[in-house]
Amino acid sequence: MPTVREHPETLNWVGKSIRRIEDPKFLRGRGNYIDDYSVPNMLEVAIVRSTEPHARIVSIDTSAAEALPGVAAVVTGAAAAEVTDPMPDFGPSPDKHVWRCLAVDKVRYVGEGVAAVAAESRAIAEDAADLVHVEYEPLPPVVDWHDALAEGAPLIHEALGSNVPFHRSFVFGDVEDDYAEADVVVSDVLYWGRSGGQPLETVGAVADYDLGSGMMTIHVNSLTFTSFLFMLAGTLKVPSNKLDMHPHPAGGSFGAKFWEVKTAAIAGMMSKVTGRPVKFMQDRLDNIANGDHHGSDRRYEVSLAALRDGTMLSMKVKVVDNYGAYIQFGVGHHGNSLAQAVGPYRMRSIAYDVTAVLTNKCQQGAYRGFGSEVGNWVLERMVDLMATELDMDPVEIRRKNFIQPDQFPYFIPTGNCYDSGNYEGVLDKTLELADYHGWRRRQAEMRAEGRLVGIGICTCQERSVFSATEFWFWFDQPVGVTSSPESVTLDIDAMGAVTATLYSNASWGNSPETMVAQFAGEELGVDPSEVNVVYAGSNQGLPATGPGGSRFTIMVSGAVEGAANRIKAKAAKIAAHLLEANEDDLEWIDGGFAVRGSPDRRKDLGEIALQAHLFKHSLPDEIDSGLEASFVHDHPYTTLPNADRTDLGVFYPFVGHASHVAVVEVDPDTGKVEFLDYTAVHDCGTCVNPRSVGGQVIGGTVQGLGSTLFEEFVYDGDGVLKTPSFAEYLLPSALDSPALKVGHQETPSPYTPYGIKGGGEAGRMMAPSAICAAIDDAVGIRVRRLPATPERVLDMIEAAED
Amino acid sequence: MNTSSHEISLTVNGRAVEATVESRLSLADFLRRELGLVGTHLGCEQGACGACTVLVDGRSVRSCIMLAVQADECELRTVESLAPGLAMHPLQDAFHKHQALQCGFCTPGMLLRCLELIEENPDITDEEAREGISSNSCRCTGYQYIVDAVVEAAEQMRQ
Ligand code: FES
Ligand code: FES
Repeated sequence: MPTVREHPETLNWVGKSIRRIEDPKFLRGRGNYIDDYSVPNMLEVAIVRSTEPHARIVSIDTSAAEALPGVAAVVTGAAAAEVTDPMPDFGPSPDKHVWRCLAVDKVRYVGEGVAAVAAESRAIAEDAADLVHVEYEPLPPVVDWHDALAEGAPLIHEALGSNVPFHRSFVFGDVEDDYAEADVVVSDVLYWGRSGGQPLETVGAVADYDLGSGMMTIHVNSLTFTSFLFMLAGTLKVPSNKLDMHPHPAGGSFGAKFWEVKTAAIAGMMSKVTGRPVKFMQDRLDNIANGDHHGSDRRYEVSLAALRDGTMLSMKVKVVDNYGAYIQFGVGHHGNSLAQAVGPYRMRSIAYDVTAVLTNKCQQGAYRGFGSEVGNWVLERMVDLMATELDMDPVEIRRKNFIQPDQFPYFIPTGNCYDSGNYEGVLDKTLELADYHGWRRRQAEMRAEGRLVGIGICTCQERSVFSATEFWFWFDQPVGVTSSPESVTLDIDAMGAVTATLYSNASWGNSPETMVAQFAGEELGVDPSEVNVVYAGSNQGLPATGPGGSRFTIMVSGAVEGAANRIKAKAAKIAAHLLEANEDDLEWIDGGFAVRGSPDRRKDLGEIALQAHLFKHSLPDEIDSGLEASFVHDHPYTTLPNADRTDLGVFYPFVGHASHVAVVEVDPDTGKVEFLDYTAVHDCGTCVNPRSVGGQVIGGTVQGLGSTLFEEFVYDGDGVLKTPSFAEYLLPSALDSPALKVGHQETPSPYTPYGIKGGGEAGRMMAPSAICAAIDDAVGIRVRRLPATPERVLDMIEAAED
Repeated sequence: MNTSSHEISLTVNGRAVEATVESRLSLADFLRRELGLVGTHLGCEQGACGACTVLVDGRSVRSCIMLAVQADECELRTVESLAPGLAMHPLQDAFHKHQALQCGFCTPGMLLRCLELIEENPDITDEEAREGISSNSCRCTGYQYIVDAVVEAAEQMRQ
């Protein structure tokens, strides 16, 4: 177990809703997003995309495209395969479902790239792309999970021999005994439809391969997982120490830019081929159809076992996940579900059978929750079903089963640890803020008028700070405990001004610069608004993982704390010399060192820094010039899975909690769901910047609303993508979104600096459960398939009437 | 490709601009690529998201589905005009204070749309602001802090 920390009682900057450091540049339109960045002599890329869901590539005629003035190169998938190796793939047996930056031999979904064009302008590149003629020999498409599993189904990857890249049955605890003991078992079949992050900015990269030095420099708004960039170097066939990635702020990610690597690979490949700098900026169609970051697409058979009094004992989950044509992250999404498989409840055991299938759809990637949002939804659907079965109040069944505050650290049956929590506290706050009982009364009156008004509640976990050990659980031999660290360098210049250097591509709409500045302010006694935050290229970089799995704020807080401690250790030596005092008699106070008991004898950090920079030879010999320090903050608490995988170990130990209450009215004529009220109370430990946390909660809730009510990447039975643009794939507008009442409770983590827990995926992990429960309550029939589009809600209303 | 060119003259952020543009060049590409005004963002290039919103003769327009040639003799405002000096515009200041942005990608278009709303309706209410910004997508904020910022900025601008 990690050391339990003492958290300081008074804090100067952590906990204040200061204005964000990032904002002025964005407000002025000077964000330096990747598409704002250009270099002289730069070519631009357009992609020739497959029009077929599943087909052999018979031939590609590039001659007309090549003849177009302004075109520098047209590269087919086969030609690209000569200069690149397969794409990085974290999944099991990547050699059996080889993924390349452009398709070779056959295409596996509509939109997959078959050739790339580089030209003097994007417009010329697009004109040329239209002139590339591809001859296909169509193969039967496989779209649904059950078709993929059918005997004799067409194979997406022949080398795999089936369409199942992964299947495993996990049993955690005495599931059968618990089922035998249960009085009641409820079961259901639930479907979670495919949605995706769809940030307003797509993914882009500017690559420049220098033939002279062999350096491959790529500017990019993706690839936060910088410790794993050597894999991209492998794809581009450059030595890992000759790849240098420079981060640009992402115009939103929500996971979709966590490791979107194909764009950088294509830009790098085209730069190598042409010998010129190359920009590849996806358009929206590229991003939707070929962005490698669709979300979960799952079908569940699930049951929940309980005693008559509502005590929940065990759950059996059988899930098939339709991964699409490739499986870059393996089934890490299910690792995420398993990190909080029993939610906030004292359930004793769980069986989890997962089958990944491959089909002719774009592959899955990361989307806010990384699969755990689906697990939350399924669990909460089942708790509601159990409440109905037992005729219990949905609030009371939850309250009855909560893990209690004195039970932490609490190990759930899958092996993960929950560090701390006070679930009842959050629930009570939520009921009060929502005026839950008042709404129940008003609901009765409105129903009496014939209105379809429903109220839904959920109580859900938000696990935070993954270690990549979660990725290893599908290998029989785990590779090792993976830390997934984050690093920072703090530099105090001669004027005492602070620069913080970050090493991952951290800016994607979270507030990494504000966080770092607040921590530096706390540790060094400076005003956060005066801290300069910069980003290093990966080639000179320290180990870093970046945002994802609600990890960045916590991980970087430890990095800043560690670096600040190193700076203070050196500063103390200098101060002791200047004050002619013993180092042990000094104390750090208000941004400087003072002699204990005589506060007037002090040296501020600025004074010390000046000495350190300019007067080294007046200082003791052991002190060298300058005042800067780096710190690599390793994951505070992660362990290996056991050999037979009855215990997956600890890989997501800082566990937040939230309760949402949705009040909706359903229009019986249109099936439209309107919000009458919405309340969200979150506990992510200590809030660093409460307004920022609130913003994440509200934004995440609205995304969750989108996944619940209308967002879906729809492929028809022939594998045709029916939602290739924002005209069909609908993002929630301001009018679709409720005004939220947001509350916070702070139950600090004992293991993280200041007691922070992650909060970045909040909202989307809870909203679907609360909204579905409210719809159930309004129309009297259960939501079983997401998104619950107006059409489907109308069907439900009809079914309820029958 | 067969393309013809046109001479256009217009005012962009208070300055006279003369240019020769291809017929098919969108106003957004003209601003970003020819004038270097990269504060105008492209989210969908299809008229759906509003990231590319600019003001043409005071009215909000999606510059990705307007051609540069159509802007001949017009007066344009982009986000770069809001705060030419050190001080930010009251609307930008309200966005900053309320954290009405996260990734900032929708922000330039959103600011210009909000400016139009406030100019049309200086006493704008929460509901009116929410309805008014429903033209523009923001994938990050869930809109609530933007509504807060618009109402407060309108108040500031009335004074
Ligand atoms: S980019 Fe113009 S509306 Fe989306
Ligand atoms: S702030 Fe990211 S899209 Fe609005």
